Amino acid sequence: MEERSCFHCGDPVGKHPIHYDEKDFCCHGCKTVYQLFTENDLSCYYDLTRSPGAIPKELEGKYDFLSNEAIIEKLLEFDDGTTQVTSLYIPHIHCSSCIWVLENLQKLNAGIVASQVNFPKKTVRVTFKEKETSLKDLAVLLSRIGYEPYISLEDHNTANNTVDRSMVYKLGVAGFAFGNVMLLSFPEYFQTEGFWLDQYKTFFRWLMFCFSLPVVFYTGSSYFISAYKGIRSGFLNIDVPIALGILTLFLRSSYDIIFDLGSGFFDSLTGLVFFLLLGKFFQQQTYSFLSFERDYRSYFPIAITRLKKNGTEENIPVNEIEKGDLLLVRNEELIPVDGILIRGNAHIDYSFVTGEAVPIQKKSGDKVFAGGKQLSGSIELEAIRSVEQSYLTQLWSNDIFNKDKEHRFQTLTDAISKRFTIAVLAIAVISTSFWLYQDPSKALNVFTAVLIIACPCAIALSAPFTLGNLLRIFGKKKCYLKNTQVIERLAKIDTAIFDKTGTLTTHRRSNVDYHGITLQKLEEKLLKSALRSSNHPLSRSLYQVIPSESTIPLDIFEEYPGEGIAASYQDTKIKIGAASFAGGLGPKYGQTSVHIKINDTYKGYFLFTNEYRPNTRKLFQSLAKMASLGILSGDNEGEKGFLTRWLPAGVSMRFDQRPDDKLNYIKTLQEQGKTVLMVGDGLNDAGALAQSDVGISIAEDVNVFSPACDGIIDASMFEHIKDLIRLSKKGVSIIKVSFLLSLVYNITGLYFAVTGQLLPVIAAILMPLSSISIVVFTTVTTNWAARKFGEISMKTDKSHMQSNKPPIHLKPDPVKA
Amino acid sequence: MSVIYILLSISVVVATFFLIVFIVSVKKGQYDDTYTPSVRMLFEDELKEEQENQNNQ
Repeated sequence: MEERSCFHCGDPVGKHPIHYDEKDFCCHGCKTVYQLFTENDLSCYYDLTRSPGAIPKELEGKYDFLSNEAIIEKLLEFDDGTTQVTSLYIPHIHCSSCIWVLENLQKLNAGIVASQVNFPKKTVRVTFKEKETSLKDLAVLLSRIGYEPYISLEDHNTANNTVDRSMVYKLGVAGFAFGNVMLLSFPEYFQTEGFWLDQYKTFFRWLMFCFSLPVVFYTGSSYFISAYKGIRSGFLNIDVPIALGILTLFLRSSYDIIFDLGSGFFDSLTGLVFFLLLGKFFQQQTYSFLSFERDYRSYFPIAITRLKKNGTEENIPVNEIEKGDLLLVRNEELIPVDGILIRGNAHIDYSFVTGEAVPIQKKSGDKVFAGGKQLSGSIELEAIRSVEQSYLTQLWSNDIFNKDKEHRFQTLTDAISKRFTIAVLAIAVISTSFWLYQDPSKALNVFTAVLIIACPCAIALSAPFTLGNLLRIFGKKKCYLKNTQVIERLAKIDTAIFDKTGTLTTHRRSNVDYHGITLQKLEEKLLKSALRSSNHPLSRSLYQVIPSESTIPLDIFEEYPGEGIAASYQDTKIKIGAASFAGGLGPKYGQTSVHIKINDTYKGYFLFTNEYRPNTRKLFQSLAKMASLGILSGDNEGEKGFLTRWLPAGVSMRFDQRPDDKLNYIKTLQEQGKTVLMVGDGLNDAGALAQSDVGISIAEDVNVFSPACDGIIDASMFEHIKDLIRLSKKGVSIIKVSFLLSLVYNITGLYFAVTGQLLPVIAAILMPLSSISIVVFTTVTTNWAARKFGEISMKTDKSHMQSNKPPIHLKPDPVKA
Repeated sequence: MSVIYILLSISVVVATFFLIVFIVSVKKGQYDDTYTPSVRMLFEDELKEEQENQNNQ
């Protein structure tokens, strides 16, 4: 039986769909958006993609902070008093319908002049008239149509940074010079003398000289700078022999043409720089829709409502919250500071912090920690710390967040370049001294020829092309790594540590088990009917799992906030709620349960447990062969027994770990000489992710939020972590092989150089030949090594199969973008 | 003067012109988003179709 899905958002409509205009909707929110679109001539939205929408969120008061002048100023890109421009990040952008409707915003609000979507970045840039509309109206409008903008403190601090495009300029200049120089070199490749050549060769040579100037002094400058920095810090990096090669090529060529000794090596020079830059460019794979640098600031709200002594509300930026402030946190809002709950019914979802699936209930007077999301109604709380000093956020005062992982690691290329440089210099000196003795006129010629031919172009290209290609392959399978160095670090992993909640378990679903006396048919109906009327998150998830088909009208229904619900039908009374409310004995501490009491008899309880990802066991079994494993959990030991039985032997487990305990544990392992991979998900893992050699974050939805890390992996790829490591190891072997291959080219070239017979044409053939063959070799081998990567998931990924959404017309491929 | 000088200078000028055009277009951000325009291009047609349909009605 195929279930019907909502015309707007594609979610299953359930048993009671809303009919409107001969279509089914899952909720009034979706219906309202549909109405809005059809009334405003925007129904084309539904023609482009089927069910493209999202359920609009409840938003009363949510964007009030956008009336604050200081915040508006930060968010605006341009403001001339009448016209304003702003860019908003909208995570829901996912298909062509999204682009279409967001670029037709002016039909919904006359104050909007134009809007333009940047799909890869998931942003929309809106130009609007200040007099007719405001930033707040815009945000409210977007939320109403299901495109909730994501506005955070972090993002707009960096919003005005200009993009660095110098790489593309340099590549353009190098390519331009390379092409022209090659063209001008051709006559002399095929003919060494003749009237025509003799007449024009000086002109041709000087023209090549002119073309090489920008290549050496503009494009090649980064190599000189890097080489200089390397030498000054006593380190021979790969840029040293490259810079030496470029410099020698240029000086020798200029010398040759000035004294009319030959045509010079301008072709090799420009080609070398062009290919090297191409390698660098290929290595840069950026996922513009992801951020690997986020800390709590990008997750926390910009502003919060503070209640003044006289009862009035005001919006203040979160970093101005002081101890003792009374704050109002509305439904679906984040708690920005540690505080004491003063008033209201708190159900706090800590899934972003801990990965815990079930919301936690708090009573007034309880302490609530920053980072949770309030789920039911508004609450008031008194701040007991400032934002920076809260339990969670003080983690970021640790030094590790200011250190750059890249500098702690020596890449394979760096490792080889030292020996290589010394070897090249030694060969140059020995052969020069030999020729000084044999035929001094040739000595200088040989010295420069050795430096030219030994320029490690192919070596410098091996790693960028191998790793760059792997990075793309990973990206296509939803494993987004920050840069190519992460792959090299992954290859060295010998210890893998996992967070439990949210990483090994999923926070999409939780298991509900009933323990107690079996319920009668009528009792089950009554239970379901009572749950239906309750808005409590636990009631809602329980309602989904009770099998009863129909519901009955309730005679009495009462909800006791923080305790439970009581209802009755004819002479059957039911009490549902906390252990104390329904009179049962609770299960072990720390577990979430709902207790049932019918007519003064305690019946039993429903136990909510986190569901483990299906392939956890398989992953652990295969990983155990290549690394020692461990689990670091912030939870209590409740599931230790189960995990010990379920997972292979030898997995070390630590429970009750605070965020900084996790960090310190990783540090201890590293001090023992281990190379540690940390896999986590929430903000509480941020410290461990930063400390580890490779920190990988598991995300159910990569667009939503991940703490700062080296890689973000889609949850569906969880079991492929082992393949990721295995493939990284293969990648490193491929680099080593291509190093050997390029050494063969270098040795061949050196033969010509040392014997003093290096002609420009030989250099011009060897250089591109070695580069291109390395590129081909690495690309082919990495593709071959990765041919099976991620395949199994295609077959077993049930969520993919069960998706209600039909194949989508025109759906952009997010990976391409 | 030999024609080769004229031809070469013209070709260099043309090549430089294209290099400058390329750099300017990169600078203006034309290559920042290479995906959205490809989708946007398709909308035009569908919008026109829609208008035509309305006209026909």
